[in-house]
Amino acid sequence: MEILGLLIPVSLGLGLLGLLAFWWMLRRGQFDDPDGDAHRILRDDYDDKPKN
Amino acid sequence: MTATFEHSRPAACPACVAAPAAEALAAAPPVDATLMLSLPGIHCAGCISGVERVLNRVPGVTDARVNLTLRRAAVQAGPDVDVADLCAALSAAGYEAHELDAGTLAVTDADRQGRDLLMRLAVAFFAMMNVMLLSVAVWSGAEGFTRDMMHWISAAIAIPAVIFCGRPFYASAWGALRGGRLNMDVPITLAIVLAVGTSLYETMQSGEHAYFDAAIALCTFLLAGRYLDHRTRAAARSAAQELAALEVPRALRVTDTGEETVSVAALCVGDHVRVKPGGRIPVDGRVVAGQSELDRSLMTGESQPVFAGPDTQVSAGEVNLTGPLTVEVMAAGRDTALHRIADLVAVAEAGRGNYTSLADQAARLYAPGVHILSALAAVGWFIGTQDLRVALNIAAAVLIITCPCALGLAVPAVTTAASGRLFRRGMLIKDGTALERLAEVDTVVFDKTGTLTTGAPDPIGLDTLAGSQARVALALARGSSHPLAEALTSGLAARGVRPAHVEALSEHPGYGIAGTWKGQPVQLGRAAWVGADAPDVTATFLRIGDAAPVMIAFADTLRDGAADLVETLKAQGKRVMLVSGDTQAAVRRFAAGIGINDVVAEALPMEKAQIVADLAKDGARVLMVGDGLNDSAALAGAHVSISPASGLDAARAASDMVLMNRSLAPIADAMRTAVSARARIRENFSIATVYNILAVPLAVAGLCSPLIAALAMSSSSITVSLNALRLK
Repeated sequence: MEILGLLIPVSLGLGLLGLLAFWWMLRRGQFDDPDGDAHRILRDDYDDKPKN
Repeated sequence: MTATFEHSRPAACPACVAAPAAEALAAAPPVDATLMLSLPGIHCAGCISGVERVLNRVPGVTDARVNLTLRRAAVQAGPDVDVADLCAALSAAGYEAHELDAGTLAVTDADRQGRDLLMRLAVAFFAMMNVMLLSVAVWSGAEGFTRDMMHWISAAIAIPAVIFCGRPFYASAWGALRGGRLNMDVPITLAIVLAVGTSLYETMQSGEHAYFDAAIALCTFLLAGRYLDHRTRAAARSAAQELAALEVPRALRVTDTGEETVSVAALCVGDHVRVKPGGRIPVDGRVVAGQSELDRSLMTGESQPVFAGPDTQVSAGEVNLTGPLTVEVMAAGRDTALHRIADLVAVAEAGRGNYTSLADQAARLYAPGVHILSALAAVGWFIGTQDLRVALNIAAAVLIITCPCALGLAVPAVTTAASGRLFRRGMLIKDGTALERLAEVDTVVFDKTGTLTTGAPDPIGLDTLAGSQARVALALARGSSHPLAEALTSGLAARGVRPAHVEALSEHPGYGIAGTWKGQPVQLGRAAWVGADAPDVTATFLRIGDAAPVMIAFADTLRDGAADLVETLKAQGKRVMLVSGDTQAAVRRFAAGIGINDVVAEALPMEKAQIVADLAKDGARVLMVGDGLNDSAALAGAHVSISPASGLDAARAASDMVLMNRSLAPIADAMRTAVSARARIRENFSIATVYNILAVPLAVAGLCSPLIAALAMSSSSITVSLNALRLK
């Protein structure tokens, strides 16, 4: 059972990592327009050269 | 043609509402500004590309980005770019566009609130998953040191999480208690505090049961409900309220030395102001010089422009159509007719505040119920066992098991589903309880001009004009920006008529336009001016030489879906009324055409509000549909109200829902959806109650383990959410 002493902090750390990633995405506005982002991937406007 | 009515709208009260904000904007140094546009019609990847391409081609625009979820576009543009030009460019490309308030302050405020809730939800979810996993060990029979360790780790995660995540509930509960009321958040807060408190005490005593998982799960599910609720309303509310063209309320004051631009607030009675053609009259007053015609449709509902010459009384909000006018100020600011209507709206709104939503009805029954129940259970166990620790444990268990997890989700889940459906059809719901109220409607009151009609005239009988008459009419009409002339121009041009060669064109403001064609004088204008008898319909007259004048009549264009809507409502057995400020003849003819029998014509704004109030007094649940300033008091006073996006911002601000499309068809959809949404909400309350009825006896009997609490809470929340998704 000593392994729990390692596993619990590790699992908590991984969870925290996910939480931080979510916080970062929220700050970057990635949840501002979910519908639009789903459609934007399908258009070919900037296939030749990226938008500058 | 509706474009005439889409720009330069005044705020509900120009002098006091918009002035400071607008002037601050105007005074700011010219920098790249973010302009916001509302795009109700976009729906696919092609639309995103199309809109962004159109906007990027407008000179001065540096960047444009469409948000499909909110159906908006944010445009970075130089100071010389006008939002009206952007809207016009988009309309030309086939995308319906409206102006959103340039002050993005309110928008970012709502965004911040949403992000704040989402962050709390994320933290709560993270904590819940971890505590639940740790609890699995306890549920599966951990004992002694292992169980204590699990409890301590759970406490270390749950306590900070609960403190951080539950803040919206604590704040709301505290506000309610301070005001001497009970709301849904009071039992929620009590349950969380009691659960965490007793669990911590139990953990210290190496006890068997700790409810950390339940406390944090409670937070998570309730935050999910709050977030859904916020998202539905924030998008709709900000779009609807800020669909306003912030018109800087300025006036041209005529002084001895010339003209100067001053704020409306600085005008005094007796000042003279000049109103250019196409401008809105800023004050109540009397014409002292000039001749023109006035469009009063947004103020009174009259569809026909009226003549204005010296000594004509004018009111703030009317639009000057053809010639420049000089107006002597008789009332400005708070004393104008415009402001009196704003006061009427405030009075009407105050009268409506007594609606109790389904959620409030549930909370009113529920909140005292659970408190009494858990107190009784605690007292009973204390008398039975003389053990305070057991009694408190039982009380916490009862509060947790009855906690309105599912109740908190029951309404937001359904309204989110319903608002999402209606949003896709072009309907914004500004008020959380609007759908519930819409479901109760049995009487529908329509305004005419601008609501059932588009407010734009449409020439009829053009095919009966002889070829040369049509060509002369087109040549004359092209020379004027009067709405009737513009309608005639586009009507004739659409028929492929080529303009005749008319010389010496001159516009006679207030009367019409004249010229010379093949050596004979030609005129297009008012009946009296060309020597004809005035008919009771909207019409203009064409006179060529000495020939008898020819009448060109105009009909109001029926709004898309208006006829179908009236028919559907009548088929559903609802009482349909038409209340308009237009003339008797025009209203009666229109009502007969569309099939409405209950008609009130020439109604003043206060009469409209009175009609709605009287209907309500007789027990009717009134849905008011209107667009003008004269409707706003009635809109605010009705049980529920809808206004089209083309309406005045005062009307939109006063109503519960805004129609983003030109069509009226979504109203019928909305009523159907509202009825089914109300049924779903009731079902959800029943489901939540059934879970409570099953679980409460266990909790009172002391048989409720943390496992049972977690199961009951999760399964009832999930059932309620799934039921909401069944909404048709």
